[in-house]
Amino acid sequence: MSLDKATVRKIGFLARLEIPEEDLEGLAHELNGILGWVEQLAQVDTEGVAPVASVSQMKLFWRDDVVTDGNMPEKALANAPEAVDGYFLVPKVVE
Amino acid sequence: MTELTNLTLAEARDGLAKGEYTSVELTEAFLGAMEARKDLNAFIVTCPDVALERAKASDARRAKGEVLGPMDGAPVAIKDLFCTEGVQTTAASKILEGFKPQYESTVSGKLRDGGAVMLGKTNLDEFAMGSANITSAYGNVTSPWVAEDDPEKLVPGGSSGGSAAAVSARMCLAATGTDTGGSIRQPAAFTGIVGLKPTYGRCSRWGIVAFASSLDQAGPMTHTVRDAAIMLGQMAGFDPKDSTSAKVDLPDFEKALTGDIRGLKVGIPKEYRPDGLDSEIAALWDQGIAWLKDAGAEIVDISLPHTDKALATYYIVAPAEASSNLARYDGVRYGLRVEEGGNLDEMYMKTRAKGFGKEVKRRILIGTYVLSAGYYDAYYLKAQKVRALIANDFAEAFKTVDVILTPTAPSDAFPIAGGNKVDPITMYLNDVFTVPASLAGVPAMSLPGGLSQKGLPLGLQLIGRPFDEETILRAAGVMEAAAEFTAVPTLLRGGK
Repeated sequence: MSLDKATVRKIGFLARLEIPEEDLEGLAHELNGILGWVEQLAQVDTEGVAPVASVSQMKLFWRDDVVTDGNMPEKALANAPEAVDGYFLVPKVVE
Repeated sequence: MTELTNLTLAEARDGLAKGEYTSVELTEAFLGAMEARKDLNAFIVTCPDVALERAKASDARRAKGEVLGPMDGAPVAIKDLFCTEGVQTTAASKILEGFKPQYESTVSGKLRDGGAVMLGKTNLDEFAMGSANITSAYGNVTSPWVAEDDPEKLVPGGSSGGSAAAVSARMCLAATGTDTGGSIRQPAAFTGIVGLKPTYGRCSRWGIVAFASSLDQAGPMTHTVRDAAIMLGQMAGFDPKDSTSAKVDLPDFEKALTGDIRGLKVGIPKEYRPDGLDSEIAALWDQGIAWLKDAGAEIVDISLPHTDKALATYYIVAPAEASSNLARYDGVRYGLRVEEGGNLDEMYMKTRAKGFGKEVKRRILIGTYVLSAGYYDAYYLKAQKVRALIANDFAEAFKTVDVILTPTAPSDAFPIAGGNKVDPITMYLNDVFTVPASLAGVPAMSLPGGLSQKGLPLGLQLIGRPFDEETILRAAGVMEAAAEFTAVPTLLRGGK
């Protein structure tokens, strides 16, 4: 399959990356190159193979359901581009 | 007395214990070397004040007879992917410029609590995405090595290129690296040092800027195999803050260096010798086999049949995870924000467009695409299945062998200027020998094996069973002794 400019624009929005119109063509070409190359995986017979999300052979451990962290608003906000009265400030989202 | 910057970590530990020098003296020597070799651009930030404060504290402890561990007072560099409390952490990205973490990553925290002295934060490829350290927003790193026949500046490899250059050029005793597909091992090979990617789960990932969470693993980059063993012991261990951190015993890794590998079964995978493998690399590999054989190891031909599909698998899995991990850079809680009067989505899109570099954007887009509706099964699910087959290749092999020997990289270091021109896939091929072990989560180490005809370092890779770094270290110790790799970077010879 082949990516066109519209698809690149759409993925750009899904990834919340603004892509200038003049870059769409070049990016589509690059991404097609990479996707064409990874399509070699289609040659591998994976019939009956279970997918793995992780190769860690460990069982995820359990811990007590207790609060172990938090209550540090100053630290949480220390690197915020904009913060007011203990809150992160963002552009207006509700009209 | 030897110049302090030429010490190994083990020598420095012993010298500090004997009172031959102080941590402050060591620290000042390395800070001087960092200043003198600034042009390599190995560090994004240096922190001499933090370093000297810790060095003084270490000396004061020692004067009272207290020593926190084998690295107490040892000056080290930290890859700028580890969050360090109060010290800027950027992941080499514009999007994190000025970010000062309010907490310390578990691994750098263990080093700090063990008394190690942090000299500064080393440069890397942006978000650890690269094999040449040419994607950093803070400039390229230059290798301290120069080819005999060509004065061109060379790459140190990547992504831990700053750490590799800093260790190689004697700007620190050792450094931390992280490895997702080869980012410790390939730069170690390019700069003639030792780099160990531990088993997935051996070192906590907590507080390390995430790239691909099912692959990322921290490890030591050092001058010697012994140093790697010492430093791994100080970095590793269970951490309840990382759910994938392993609850396994922490051995004394240094004790693994017995020098005795008689009867050790060493696997030689035929798939790592493709047609067109560089003859120098093939010859080095043969030399490595001979060293192990001479020391009494048994050489076994093995097959890892899905090796040639590892890179393509990696370039689906890693970007997919990266696109998800990097969603957090939204201009709200930390880092860059670009606001030009638009709505929230526009703020996100402009912030991320300005903050991320070209390679990072490319991988986010690929990752977003392979995870998107309609393509998930064809790409991502398929890659997860092939990954299972690759992991199984190793599991099968380790039924008959104890350790596997391969080359680390398909070539020696290449010029920075050339690296900027190659297409993405050619660049990705640098990791052809390192990616399979990453996908399988098994430990792997690169150690210097010799020099190419151009006078540049070449590395050999040892791959081991999960949580058996000890066998790797034992075999590596024997190979290191046989290789007698004493070559010094061109820069330190006063060359070109």
